[in-house]
Amino acid sequence: MATPQFAVTASPLDPLAVASAATGTIDAVGGLVAFTGVVRAENAGRRVLYLEYEAYEPLAVRAFGIVGQEAAARWPATGLSIHHRTGRLEIGEVSIVIAAASAHRGPAFEACRYAIERVKQIAPIWKHEHFEGGDVWIEGATARPDDEEARAEALSRACG
Amino acid sequence: MRVTVRLFARVRDLVGRGEVVREVAPGATVQDVWRDLIAEYPALEPYTSSVSGARNLEYVRMDAPVADGDEVAFLPPVSGGAL
Repeated sequence: MATPQFAVTASPLDPLAVASAATGTIDAVGGLVAFTGVVRAENAGRRVLYLEYEAYEPLAVRAFGIVGQEAAARWPATGLSIHHRTGRLEIGEVSIVIAAASAHRGPAFEACRYAIERVKQIAPIWKHEHFEGGDVWIEGATARPDDEEARAEALSRACG
Repeated sequence: MRVTVRLFARVRDLVGRGEVVREVAPGATVQDVWRDLIAEYPALEPYTSSVSGARNLEYVRMDAPVADGDEVAFLPPVSGGAL
């Protein structure tokens, strides 16, 4: 079965499969950029033991699709694939892989950066951090795809 | 009419369950469902300014109406993270 373009899964992620899902959506590939998010051993001065990711899975997959549509409008002929993992992840494990493919490197780098910023802003996925001495739900942005200010911020980070 | 409410992360912890079925009045909005939940679980109140809503797997504003059988989800702020 072909790798889905957008997915949320409890299984370990396969960066090469995500890359091929991105390149498979467009004709002319000359550049392929991938972002891989990894569970970090430290956060805000705390020693992290492990993370648990929780997702509203069907809406998260739709959110990835929204990000894909936004990226396609800004960077035509750029293919995007986003896979996020859920459940308990140990330090060093991969939590997210985003791949962006385009005819040239510029749009691929920009679309990839834009996608990770937007996923962090809107995808209904939460991180439960277990650290030495306690645990905490990490809470960042209100998830609202129609917040144009947030979208502009993501675009500005992507395009420097 | 009845709606199924889905809750996640800390909001789920505060309620103690990830899914509850609520009876709501005809004409109710997503916001009304939220207020009704707060009445039973006051610990949710601090999330009023930061929670966002979804209805039947679409993001909606809090003033969106709900209908019998809808799945309404309340999303606490998502992961965010430093650059």
